[in-house]
Amino acid sequence: MKHTISITVENRFGVLSRVVGLFSGRGFNIDSLSVGETIDPEISRITIVTRGDDRIIEQVTKQLHKLVDVIKVIDLTDLNFVDRELILIKVSAAEKAKAEILRINEIFRGKIVDVSPASYTFEVTGDEEKIEAFLKLVKPFGVKDVSRTGKVAISREM
Amino acid sequence: MQMTGDQILVQSLKDEGVDIMFGYPGGVLLGLYDALFNSGIKHVLPKHEQAAAHAADGYARSTGKVGVVLATSGPGATNLITGVATAFMDSVPLVVLTGQVSTHMIGGDAFQEADIIGITRPITKHSYLVTKTEDIARIVQEAFHIAGTGRPGPVLIDLPKDVLTGKAKYNRPKSVNIRGYKPKVEGHSGQIKRVLTEIKKAKKAVIYAGGGVILSGASAELLKFAEYNQIPVTNTLLGLGGFPADHPLFLGMLGMHGAYVANMTIHESDLILAIGARFDDRVTGNVAKFAPNARVVHIDIDPSAISKNIVVHVPVVGDVKGVLTELNRLQKKEEPVWGEIRQSWLDHVRRWSEERPFSYDKDTKQIKPQYVIERLSELAPKDAIITTEVGQNQMWTAQFYNFTKPRTLLSSGGLGTMGYGFPAAMGAQFANPDKLVVDIAGDGSIQMNIQELATIAQYNLPVKILILNNCFLGMVRQWQELFYGARYSSTCLASNPDFVRIAEAYGVKGIKVEDKKDVDAGLIEMINHDGPVLLEVMVDREEGVYPMVPAGAASSDMIFGPNKKDTKKLKVVK
Ligand SMILES: Cc1ncc(C[n+]2csc(CCOP(=O)(O)OP(=O)(O)O)c2C)c(N)n1
Repeated sequence: MKHTISITVENRFGVLSRVVGLFSGRGFNIDSLSVGETIDPEISRITIVTRGDDRIIEQVTKQLHKLVDVIKVIDLTDLNFVDRELILIKVSAAEKAKAEILRINEIFRGKIVDVSPASYTFEVTGDEEKIEAFLKLVKPFGVKDVSRTGKVAISREM
Repeated sequence: MQMTGDQILVQSLKDEGVDIMFGYPGGVLLGLYDALFNSGIKHVLPKHEQAAAHAADGYARSTGKVGVVLATSGPGATNLITGVATAFMDSVPLVVLTGQVSTHMIGGDAFQEADIIGITRPITKHSYLVTKTEDIARIVQEAFHIAGTGRPGPVLIDLPKDVLTGKAKYNRPKSVNIRGYKPKVEGHSGQIKRVLTEIKKAKKAVIYAGGGVILSGASAELLKFAEYNQIPVTNTLLGLGGFPADHPLFLGMLGMHGAYVANMTIHESDLILAIGARFDDRVTGNVAKFAPNARVVHIDIDPSAISKNIVVHVPVVGDVKGVLTELNRLQKKEEPVWGEIRQSWLDHVRRWSEERPFSYDKDTKQIKPQYVIERLSELAPKDAIITTEVGQNQMWTAQFYNFTKPRTLLSSGGLGTMGYGFPAAMGAQFANPDKLVVDIAGDGSIQMNIQELATIAQYNLPVKILILNNCFLGMVRQWQELFYGARYSSTCLASNPDFVRIAEAYGVKGIKVEDKKDVDAGLIEMINHDGPVLLEVMVDREEGVYPMVPAGAASSDMIFGPNKKDTKKLKVVK
């Protein structure tokens, strides 16, 4: 099962590699990872999406807790949370397809961030389903390149 | 007042109460070694950094204090790795100081540069790269705190040259406060009560006690707990000495080369009280077949040790000593519930131990290694510290030496490091100058750090080395005999040196025993000699360690000796 784990850490050199090393050293896979500062510049948040049965996830979270620079670990999966991912996607745009591509983009409320004679680059944010749906719809036009941030997540206020 | 980083570091170590450290100098540490000179901290120079790390480990295991080891950048630091990994696996508190090239050169493949933080990340509890001179005092203080509290372990501090030569004020914080590091020491009271309920329900309870009992200094509490409830106790390798081996409730070690009685008791039990132990695979054998009818109580300071290998029914996260103290306190209020049920279980257990005790053939012409260890156990004082190497020597020591006090057996359990025992004995001897310290070694293992003969000679350190010479990498040979048709591929040590002459070349007394009747005399001479001794005993080459649970089998499926039909006669190939 997929789990989204939110890890609050000291914003220090080497912390990310320690967290990642903990996964690789135990043969646990990381599906996606994103990291950035929180409002407190001394603290960063890492969001990791990983897969595994309950026992593996329990080990992962316990091991993460053990790291000295880790302040908090939350497995968001069973909680109420929101998550988003941002992708940049470069789509070939033949003259007769242009209108259709733009229409899809509009439905998904994407932004056009670059245009060339033969392509558009869109910026789309959303949860996994939305991103996957967008990718599926533009694929037939020819996707030249994609760059994804990986998921960021935050728990909802009660 | 401004001080250099070197001076700050030395002052910080003094403020942590460090009286001795083990290290090896190098270019980036010149200033630090100068600051150490006349500092009042004793600095010991082993002949290899690996030995320095094991020595610091031996010091730490024998005293319970944090051991300190120092090495220069690059090759000095990388030579520490086996020692750091050994300490990590066995939860030994170490502060590991490494020199590093100057901050502006880091990452540029400078001369003698190694990314030691990166290399040691999986084998340290925590590590620091110091980037500012003014951080040294705080970091040293934090490192000692992290190394010695919670589940102990090695903490590495990497010290770039310019940080050591830079200047700052000595500024040691009043206390340590690390947001992400708050080990849970006290066990949950509800869980502790559940333990008592489990004990009351159980008809066939057993205590499985590990190194955590020794680490937390809980031997007395364990004894009280076991006696009050009349529950038999088995120890892991690292737990030996945590419960007195001569106690009627003691079953001996369990696991791959554990006692028949210990493994059978665990297998048939309906309640396992695991205390400061981690269900290592050498203990459980095939986990799927481990103790099929038992409920499991697990008391450990490390939450990640719980339910890692086997399912635990009642977890208690906390310091073993505190939890046992609380259990003992709560129990005092109630009448013990033993009586007939307990007694019949104990009788049952006793039958297993009478049926198949640890044994060996006593009527041979050759010297049996077990005999040598038995005799040493009888001749040595009770508080003698025994270290081992790895292999048959280690397992026979665990089986045949009677450990009655904690911190008297120092052995590499988790990593299984050949070459550990001798330098660890050095460290233990520095910490315990008046105790007898003996390294029980194999002829293979001793050669992994044999250069330390120079160190014990230099400091006239009365460490005793007892080599059980079977001219083989005995433990590997045993597996080849059992599972590879006795094809002894690269396990014959035909090129062994004359160990006595090697010892003498270093200025250490050497003794050799080849006849059974001389064993006692040899041991007594070794024990009584006022200085370092190497005693080489030529033992039966073909002896094996039994019983044995083959890898992957249930721990109750033990074999008690080789099938002699299949084994070829051993020949030493020149
Ligand atoms: C550094 C290291 N290398 C290899 C091994 C694998 N190993 C385990 S036991 C053993 C043989 C040990 O031989 P010896 O020291 O002569 O002891 P004996 O088993 O004969 O008592 C070996 C090679 C190890 N544990 N450690």
